[in-house]
Amino acid sequence: MAGTTRTPTNLTQGAKADAGIGASTLRPDGTLKVTGEFAYSSDMWHEDMLWGFTLRSPHAHARILSVDTSDALAQAGVYAVLTHDDLPTEHKKYGLEFTDTPVLADGVVRHHGEPVALVAADHPETARRAAAKIKVEYEELPVVHDEASALAEDAPLLHPGRDDHHAHEVPHPNIVHRQPIIRGDANAAARRADVIVTGEYEVGMQDQAFLGPESGLAVPGEDGGVDLYVATQWLHSDLRQIAPVLGLPEEKVRMTLSGVGGAFGGREDLSMQIHACLLALRTGKPVKIVYNRFESFFGHVHRHPAKLWYEHGATRDGKLTHMKCRIVLDGGAYASASPAVVGNASSLSVGPYVIEDVEIEAVALYTNNPPCGAMRGFGAVQACFAYEAQMDKVAAELGMDPVEFRQLNAMTQGTIMPTGQVVDSPAPVAELLRRVKALPLPPENQWESAGQTADVRALPGGLSNTTHGEGVVRGVGYAVGIKNVGFSEGFDDYSTARVRLEVVAGEPVATVHTAMAEVGQGGVTVHAQIARTELGVQQVTIHPADTQVGSAGSTSASRQTYMTGGAVKNTCEAVRDKALQLGRRRFGTFHPAWATAELLLEGGKVVTDGGEVLADLADVLGDDVVDLELEFRHRPTEAFDIVTGQGFGHVQYSFAAHRAVVEVDTELGLVKVVELACAQDVGKALNPLSVVGQIQGGTTQGLGLAVMEEIIVDPKSKVRNPSFTDYLIPTILDTPTIPVDVLELADDHAPYGLRGIGEAPTLSSTPAVVSAIRAATGLALKRVPVRPEHITGV
Amino acid sequence: MDFLRPASWEEALAAKAEHPTAVPIAGGTDVMVEINFDHRRPDVLLDLNRIGELHDWEVGEDTVRLGASVSYTRIIENLRSVLPGLATASHTVASPQIRNRGGVGGNLGCASPAGDAHPALLASGCEVEVASVRGTRMIPIDEFYVGVKRNALAPDELIRAIHLPRADGPQQFSKVGTRNAMVIAVCAFGIALHPSTRTVRTGIGSAAPTPIRAKAAEEFLAAALEEGGFWDNGKIIPPAVARQFAELVSGAANPIDDVRGSASYRRHALGVMARRTLGWTWDEYRGNERSARCA
Amino acid sequence: MRVTFTVNGREQEADDVWEGESLLYVLRERMGLPGSKNACEQGECGSCTVRLDDVPVCSCLVAAGQVQGREVVTVEGLADQARERGGRATDGTTLDQAKGWQAKPHGAQAAQPGQLAPIQQAFIDAGAVQCGFCTPGLLVAADELLERNSSPTDADIREALSGNLCRCTGYEKILDAVRLAAARQDEVV
Repeated sequence: MAGTTRTPTNLTQGAKADAGIGASTLRPDGTLKVTGEFAYSSDMWHEDMLWGFTLRSPHAHARILSVDTSDALAQAGVYAVLTHDDLPTEHKKYGLEFTDTPVLADGVVRHHGEPVALVAADHPETARRAAAKIKVEYEELPVVHDEASALAEDAPLLHPGRDDHHAHEVPHPNIVHRQPIIRGDANAAARRADVIVTGEYEVGMQDQAFLGPESGLAVPGEDGGVDLYVATQWLHSDLRQIAPVLGLPEEKVRMTLSGVGGAFGGREDLSMQIHACLLALRTGKPVKIVYNRFESFFGHVHRHPAKLWYEHGATRDGKLTHMKCRIVLDGGAYASASPAVVGNASSLSVGPYVIEDVEIEAVALYTNNPPCGAMRGFGAVQACFAYEAQMDKVAAELGMDPVEFRQLNAMTQGTIMPTGQVVDSPAPVAELLRRVKALPLPPENQWESAGQTADVRALPGGLSNTTHGEGVVRGVGYAVGIKNVGFSEGFDDYSTARVRLEVVAGEPVATVHTAMAEVGQGGVTVHAQIARTELGVQQVTIHPADTQVGSAGSTSASRQTYMTGGAVKNTCEAVRDKALQLGRRRFGTFHPAWATAELLLEGGKVVTDGGEVLADLADVLGDDVVDLELEFRHRPTEAFDIVTGQGFGHVQYSFAAHRAVVEVDTELGLVKVVELACAQDVGKALNPLSVVGQIQGGTTQGLGLAVMEEIIVDPKSKVRNPSFTDYLIPTILDTPTIPVDVLELADDHAPYGLRGIGEAPTLSSTPAVVSAIRAATGLALKRVPVRPEHITGV
Repeated sequence: MDFLRPASWEEALAAKAEHPTAVPIAGGTDVMVEINFDHRRPDVLLDLNRIGELHDWEVGEDTVRLGASVSYTRIIENLRSVLPGLATASHTVASPQIRNRGGVGGNLGCASPAGDAHPALLASGCEVEVASVRGTRMIPIDEFYVGVKRNALAPDELIRAIHLPRADGPQQFSKVGTRNAMVIAVCAFGIALHPSTRTVRTGIGSAAPTPIRAKAAEEFLAAALEEGGFWDNGKIIPPAVARQFAELVSGAANPIDDVRGSASYRRHALGVMARRTLGWTWDEYRGNERSARCA
Repeated sequence: MRVTFTVNGREQEADDVWEGESLLYVLRERMGLPGSKNACEQGECGSCTVRLDDVPVCSCLVAAGQVQGREVVTVEGLADQARERGGRATDGTTLDQAKGWQAKPHGAQAAQPGQLAPIQQAFIDAGAVQCGFCTPGLLVAADELLERNSSPTDADIREALSGNLCRCTGYEKILDAVRLAAARQDEVV
């Protein structure tokens, strides 16, 4: 690395011109984001606004014996103090899948950091001081913190009397959801195996660690309603949960998306939304709530920690015979997205391989640990770490090259998933592995600079100066993964787009209005590209996302370009048809092609498919405005059978492969990832620059899980490291060069043939890094993050 | 809360005498974290930023007088040749932004066992100049750390400067963290060879209630070096000696298990760092000796 | 207490400042300059990086009272500062065209072409901005790097930016942006 200078020629630069799909056009919000003017949710400000503050439980499981707010209320500058008793309606709970989460603790706290009371005051410090004066008397209760304690005979039940839709089918009330998948006969197939390899694996609790903390501003309206400016992943899902608690009809809760400082799944659940609205409605004043980093660790769900048991068999010639696995996910105190995470973990537990005989079980538990839910990769990350470790292990047992072994068993288009679903679009698993393997390896000993001293920045330990090359061993590892795209298991997954086409100052202009949460992924960039492609206009305005238009669904599950991109395309096509109808009415008699030819909109003109210009779009539109709002759905899916797990459960699959090159200081157990190459099939890159950015970002989050990121929860279910001092995410000195090879094999079922891309790179990154560390050290390494203790064995 | 902004050292001492509970704030890199996270609400904040002399340093014949607020960045840029151990340690402090604000006075004031400067200070054998309206006194670094996050300062005293001997031989510093930048030490080790006195000094961070020296290791090594005539013959230190030194360093630690690392790992890592840094410093010493002889 | 200091070349005053407030809070909540971001408030992420008397610091760790009479430059002042240094504003055409379909939330005024510092333009062009929350701090840090080192190596860039966390990009495009800005600086000379 030392001595390397800038290489501007290698830059993937944004296209100079505005362009349609396939070009690397620049972000429409880029200028505002680099000048500091882009308004994030924590930047909201209002005359006379108050600051909200949340008092949280110091215990993981306790009964609340009493709450006395009188001293807090007596503080100068305090406008309101609210507890569970102050909630205005009988709807006192909310939740993504189950309505099981109290808005404010209902006499029991079930996890460390659960909200107990709210304060609104004229300054954040006043609010904090007042909160400190709220007297809460707790009686601590025993905690449920793992599978054994959750399922013990006398285990305290987290949610006695459950009435959710999985309640009647779970084997124990502390199991949120259980999804078995049985296909073929694993026991019979095991008898054909020449080798059988088993393994137990563990994945720690990862945090999304988005940089913009939970925040927003609620402004009471004159009509008794409320305007809420907030950072979220899904406005309409928030709205559905907020309105009943406030006792307001949905149209009186007007939500506008503020700038979102990253999400990664952590904003799929509500955080401060209802709290800010309650305080605003109570005080009649605008209320802003901004979590600090400490509170943020309690303000959102995390990635489910998991324990995984796997058994694989293979014949001497390297063919996998069967797989059995059991995956236990810790869902924490409330359900959040746990049921869907179980479905993913279970249905993707085989990985991108052909195995006909399987026995799979995945469960999520209710415990007193922090609630877990959506995070990039969503159940598939945990499984991928385990099955890829198993692939290395089986290959080693057979004496085969681990990449060749994977390729020999790789799924292809036409492969039948363990759920019985036929993979009906390209699945270039072997090819992705071939591509990362074919890349040249980075040079050795890059820390050796021209001078005498080692450049520690290129060594494990970095600036901390722990080695000048001593103990450093290189290792190379591979992994590949499979992720579903979109909402699965029969969910009615749709998105809505409103598109308006009109003439402004003599030019045709398209306005695209959706409720899609732009969380950084670049949805706003591709929406404009799509509108430009479909409507042939130069100027496209992206309307701010709000609830004045229909739902866009969540910015998650790698689905937004597919779904809201698809919705924009779909509506644009309908708008185009309307515009052409106008054209036929106005100009149809002037040229026969109006009636006979396939017509397109290009460069602001109506042209025939032969390229003949029929009219200017501006003339076609005249004073008319074409304005349509339409819903778009992907093809329907079905629920997995609760006994056999069979069902057409997923819309689309997404694949990525990684090669990791690491250097490990084997004596100190410190790791430097030297290079992390990725190859991914994206179907169609609507914006290649953004695609590569997503892949590199996802890859880096996987690296973080591999070697440093973990929320540590003690046996009393308390979080021990809720800060950026002790929850570490990769810095620029921890992150290697990430070469990306993008493959574009169209999925004919999807708009433009595209494939959702956001999550797949997060899956295979982690096991590739760990595989490389295993190669360097010869250790088994069954748990992530890998800590120095695991490598040094002390 | 009061915010005092003394314009001179005398004013600062007077303010501290009047408000012994006042919390001095210089770079703010520790104090502000505590305030931001509501861990601390001092009655009085005493801003030392306005006192120019705290940002100055003087390199004398034998010692360097380092103002308490000289930033780590300045130390790295200007004092590497005379204070190599401290400069190396300074480079491992947090991030460029923090190195631009923080200084050794803050590390000493907080006296956290994880402060990155401590091992280098202990290894150098410096003295801390503290003052109050009652007068000035020099506290040897060995007597400075008195408990977990407690130092030898009286309530009315402020840290003015650190007097460090100019390096008379190679010095090194090494710290283990689970990230390659911006990380708090899991444990850290500093070593300074003092050829002029034929002694070796060490410092250990994050592996005991306070920063400590590994005295048994120092004595063992000094004796072994003396006995083998190593200072004069410049031979490679035998692996057995290095190993014994490492074990003694490891044994000097009294670490705990926490979220950053286990006690046993800390002991192990200290041994590895001790062996490696001894190797680096001794190689440098031998190189210097050789070139001195050649000249 | 009252605090008076210079921000982006203009003298600013804040009244009724609580003594425990940080420079970051005063900038964001009292001076209408929310560009500096509040991502960790403990000096571990760099999102709040500003120049204090020229030096990059975490504004969350500077007590408001400490900046009395001092000079602060935030992300909002980068373009002006670049102009004063004599740097040219970069390629306006690209930006102008990009603005054709700009999202314009309430009242937000986008910068006019040519009004960006080279490092700001480079971040846009290289795709270094995703959610953008880390961007202001990174821009201030990267701008200061290029001011003192016009041809940084990759290792130099990584070291200079090691105090700025980004969760979206994996840093590759950020490296590209700094390389690009450095290269454009060379072109001008």
